[in-house]
Amino acid sequence: MNEAGFLQILIYLIALLVLSKPLGVYMARVYQDESIVANTWFAGLERGLYRLCGIQDKQDMRWQQYAGALLVFNLLGLLVVYALQTCQDWLPLNPQTLPAIAPDSALNTAISFATNTNWQGYAGEASMSYLTQMLGLTVQNFLSAASGMAVLVALIRGFSRRNTSSIGNFWVDMTRTTLYILLPLSLLLAIALVGQGVVQTFDRYATVKLQEPLTYSTPTVDAVGHAVLDAQGHPITQTQQSQEQTLALGPAASQIAIKQLGTNGGGFFNANSAHPYENPTPLSNFLEMLAILLIPAALCHTFGFLVGDSRQGWTLLAAMTLVFVALVFVTVSAEQHGNPALTSLGVDQASSIQQPGGNMEGKEARFGIVNSALWAVATTAASNGSVNAMHDSFTPIGGMIPMWLIQLGEVIFGGVGSGLYGMIVFALVAVFIAGLMIGRTPEYLGKKIEAFEMQMAAVIILIPPLLVLGGTALAVMTEAGKASILNPGAHGFSEVLYALSSAGNNNGSAFAGLSANVPFYNYLLGLAMLVSRYGLMIPVLAIAGSLAAKKHVPVGPGTLPTHTPLFAVLLIITVLMVGALTFVPALALGPIVEQLHMLAHP
Amino acid sequence: MTHKALSASLFDSDLLKQAVWEAFKKLTPQQQWKNPVMFVVYLGSLLTTCLWLQTLAGAGEESAGFILTITVWLWFTVLFANFAEAAAEGRSKAQAAFLRTAKRDIAAKKLDEPRYGSDYSKIAGSSLVKGDVVLIEAGDFVPGDGDVIEGVASVDESAITGESAPVIRESGGDFSSVTGGTRVLSDWLVVRISANPGETFLDRMISMVEGAKRQKTPNEIALTILLVALTLVFLMATVTLLPFSLYSVETSGSGHPISITVLVALLVCLIPTTIGGLLSAIGVAGIGRMMQKNVIATSGRAVEAAGDVDVLLLDKTGTITLGNRQAAAFIPAKGISEKQLADAAQLASLTDETPEGRSIVVLAKQKFGLRERDVQSLGATFIHFSAQTRMSGVNLQGRQIRKGAEDAIKQYVIEQGGRFPDQMQKMVVDVARRGSTPLVVADSKQALGVIELKDIVKGGIKERFIELRQMGIKTIMITGDNRLTAAAIAAEAGVDDFLAEATPEAKLALIRQHQADGRLVAMTGDGTNDAPALAQADVAVAMNSGTQAAKEAGNMVDLDSNPTKLIEIVETGKQMLMTRGALTTFSVANDVAKYFAIIPAAFATTYPALNVLNVMGLATPASAILSAVIFNALIIIALIPLALKGIKYQPLGAEKLLQNNLLVYGVGGLIVPFIGIKAIDLVLVTMNLV
Repeated sequence: MNEAGFLQILIYLIALLVLSKPLGVYMARVYQDESIVANTWFAGLERGLYRLCGIQDKQDMRWQQYAGALLVFNLLGLLVVYALQTCQDWLPLNPQTLPAIAPDSALNTAISFATNTNWQGYAGEASMSYLTQMLGLTVQNFLSAASGMAVLVALIRGFSRRNTSSIGNFWVDMTRTTLYILLPLSLLLAIALVGQGVVQTFDRYATVKLQEPLTYSTPTVDAVGHAVLDAQGHPITQTQQSQEQTLALGPAASQIAIKQLGTNGGGFFNANSAHPYENPTPLSNFLEMLAILLIPAALCHTFGFLVGDSRQGWTLLAAMTLVFVALVFVTVSAEQHGNPALTSLGVDQASSIQQPGGNMEGKEARFGIVNSALWAVATTAASNGSVNAMHDSFTPIGGMIPMWLIQLGEVIFGGVGSGLYGMIVFALVAVFIAGLMIGRTPEYLGKKIEAFEMQMAAVIILIPPLLVLGGTALAVMTEAGKASILNPGAHGFSEVLYALSSAGNNNGSAFAGLSANVPFYNYLLGLAMLVSRYGLMIPVLAIAGSLAAKKHVPVGPGTLPTHTPLFAVLLIITVLMVGALTFVPALALGPIVEQLHMLAHP
Repeated sequence: MTHKALSASLFDSDLLKQAVWEAFKKLTPQQQWKNPVMFVVYLGSLLTTCLWLQTLAGAGEESAGFILTITVWLWFTVLFANFAEAAAEGRSKAQAAFLRTAKRDIAAKKLDEPRYGSDYSKIAGSSLVKGDVVLIEAGDFVPGDGDVIEGVASVDESAITGESAPVIRESGGDFSSVTGGTRVLSDWLVVRISANPGETFLDRMISMVEGAKRQKTPNEIALTILLVALTLVFLMATVTLLPFSLYSVETSGSGHPISITVLVALLVCLIPTTIGGLLSAIGVAGIGRMMQKNVIATSGRAVEAAGDVDVLLLDKTGTITLGNRQAAAFIPAKGISEKQLADAAQLASLTDETPEGRSIVVLAKQKFGLRERDVQSLGATFIHFSAQTRMSGVNLQGRQIRKGAEDAIKQYVIEQGGRFPDQMQKMVVDVARRGSTPLVVADSKQALGVIELKDIVKGGIKERFIELRQMGIKTIMITGDNRLTAAAIAAEAGVDDFLAEATPEAKLALIRQHQADGRLVAMTGDGTNDAPALAQADVAVAMNSGTQAAKEAGNMVDLDSNPTKLIEIVETGKQMLMTRGALTTFSVANDVAKYFAIIPAAFATTYPALNVLNVMGLATPASAILSAVIFNALIIIALIPLALKGIKYQPLGAEKLLQNNLLVYGVGGLIVPFIGIKAIDLVLVTMNLV
């Protein structure tokens, strides 16, 4: 990596860490119900909403009530998105007169957006009307993000409250998150992106004449989408010529802002953030990348502020940042190193003034190696899932790191809210073992960690591997699952594993190379997304309720300090050990063996 | 017994033989089911046994020899874990057998009326119920637990405590309880039985010791949940390897899929068998270690709680200072001669059998040659000390001499219509400032002066308190002394805080206050008036010499009746938790090396490229898998002594302690298996076993 690349990563990290502190404190004040500037502007609106919906905003909920409200609300959102897709052909704002979405795909997408996964089995510009994009997908981008943050705030209240059964009011947390945090930030980012050239229009798609006609060949496919092969086993192709091209447009900027800020990641267009109308310039790329990690990082400070010890927040943030930085460097160097097979063919893969060098397959020339690799790590560290390069085309190790970051349980920054509550659960496990090692029954932030918390933590840690490994096993055992694999062998295995990892941890990015928009994967991945989202949220809320009911143990010299570098290291080890021990065998059969093959046969 | 019986070698050959036999007896599914991690190994062993039988039938997935070797070592893994538990239990069982010898059937003399001299009938001791009153005469065994209601006798309690020196038991006061199975050596006692058959102290001890009623402690349950979760994760990781492997073979077109035997081997290596196999041994050994210290815990929960204690309430007398304070000086009030004061003090102390009282009589004799007088002939009435009045004294020939704490005497003098001079107050303060105890003497309404009682702080106690502070435990000295005296001694001994002029109510209030702040409180006590505080405290150690009420209220009984032992109890509790934590860390850290051994071996035929991961350079795929399995079994045996002894506790502060243990058991756990597996592989190769 050259100096410029190093500098870009450094600037990104500094910007992220500097901005996270004030935003974190601001969010803490939002949740503490303090009067803030935004409050005076929006306070009337907030009160009006409560009155309109009949919300008793002063009434706190027990964790069961909180979870119930969350589930009902998310289910309603899911049904609305499903309905909008299946009825879009006779609804307004459909200038391309796109047909209704097939039920299995519509269900998959509805689950995907309600669960903050934003796995996209469909291609946005070819299937979704403007109305579906705006009213269905964009609205869910806000609400699913707010749901994650609400659960986090409820968990934090478990630590800060004592001897009470209540963990806050779900409706109030949702309203305040959306109104005071997500909407203002999205507005700012959307305007900045429009300034960079991101499209925002209701016009129909534009048709432009090509400078010169394009001749290309397409493979002939049979009824089920498989390439027809000739006698030698090569695909039969047809030559085609095109004079003009269609430029897809739409109200993209408003959706992209929240897609990044809310760690949603679902692109307006199929090419996601690699598409020039979503992410046209290096500056828009920087802003979007910053938006991916901004709220997850800031929430660490919110946590520290709300539990009354900012060092606790810094420790979690430091643990996340360390893992992130280390893995950024692994990915960047893997990509910069390129493919030795090409070197032996005489291809110059060195970085120079003329070229970024390295493995540029599937990457945008305007982003280069560093910004593609940095994005890939950021989008998988957070459960964002938007992409500005094709992860499938990364070198095996370069592609394994994003996949492994997802498999770690999306706790290195992670999704808004969900990342931090996942990390706190890992902290509970770390504290449990560390507490034993110093001869005390464990406590975290003054709350004793006992059998019930461990039980819930076990459920939370178990579910994602169960979905990822179990789902992958199912896919490679069944004909339906294997039929979609376009690259058989270790790489095809990596593709299936990546898809299940992404859905089973609510990331949403894809390795591609897998025809996932078929009923088998739509249902399998849909189920994985549902279980990994709510199967984790409910036990987290149960922990919140259990902790809130406990008394507070005062800190003494015998208490394990959880704000020290040692604890940050222990937390990192816990996360990495669980992630590594669970997925090493599977990764060995996918990217690791692929990398070894690549190195062995230059 | 206990000290001596248990300090015997950890692997006494008789115990060892017994444990080996027990290890086999524990192979029933019901026994195995209690330990989920080992149950998985148990099932795995059964599965590979079936696979081996299948091979014999001529349809095996691997060579019969390989499957058999793996199977044998998997069974060893199960047996080693059983052995660890049996070894821990064995030591306790030996003790229980010893205790049971004390529980012979004793004939009891049941009194018709609850007084000495009443008629009695002889019945079996085992048929006595709560409330019965019995007579025990010299040479008789005490038929059951009870309280002395009449009489004084010397009792041999060696059957329970192992201490051969007889102790005095008498009615009233703090030495009024007797324990079934002990023997009255002289005189007689009338005892009201306080426990029903099967509920006596001896019964409770035996059942505790045997672990028959041993329930998992809260922390053990929480840890088990974590271990089960890890087991499930690894179960997922290994079970799914079969379809992954099938797919890889199908698409790469080379090699053959991973065999069930190898999968089971991988699973057993990965799941936390080290801690899983030793977990229950650690718990049993924790209670056993308490017993070595001659402390009987009524539950494992109490031992565990001991590790968590934040606040220690320690009685000054006997714990912090040597039990007996000595009278050192008579300081007369204005207008009173020193001899006058000494005379009054001596009179007031004649029947005071406490060491302090006796020391006053001795001092009066030394200084002024005042001889002891015949108390009976003086026609005196003696007023005994009570916790409420906090003074004692004598009424004779119209004089009412009292001695006691300053405030008690002051109140008395004023009640009598006298005046308590300010100068007296100053004298009291001066004495107290020196860390001595001022005892004020008054004759009716006239305050005569002050006796200075010197307190001697035990040697080495200050260092113990420093250790406790490093452990994060706050020490609070409890004393009946006034604030100034208490402060001086507290400063000298180095305790963190003190409760002066303590009444039972004040003690109880102090415990409640700390508990309300979320702290765990430990205390020792022996008197009946300690019972409420003992019942309230989280860890309550009753002295065996104490009353039945105190023993009922506490959750541990110290047979040596040594209050300083609370510190060791806390250490034992911490050791138990630390041993669990350290072995869990070790167990999980081991997995890294096992992956490096098994993954390349398991896929050697499908993806030979993965042999790059064979960093240990293990000879063949078979030797690699076998070495990992053997290491996994042997490490359990290797760690049994550690599990039974517990890892050493050093009072270093949480951060430092964690760092040390992470280095030893975390980093050590990473490195040791690399060396161990390689060594086993070399041995297997040299012996041509693979």
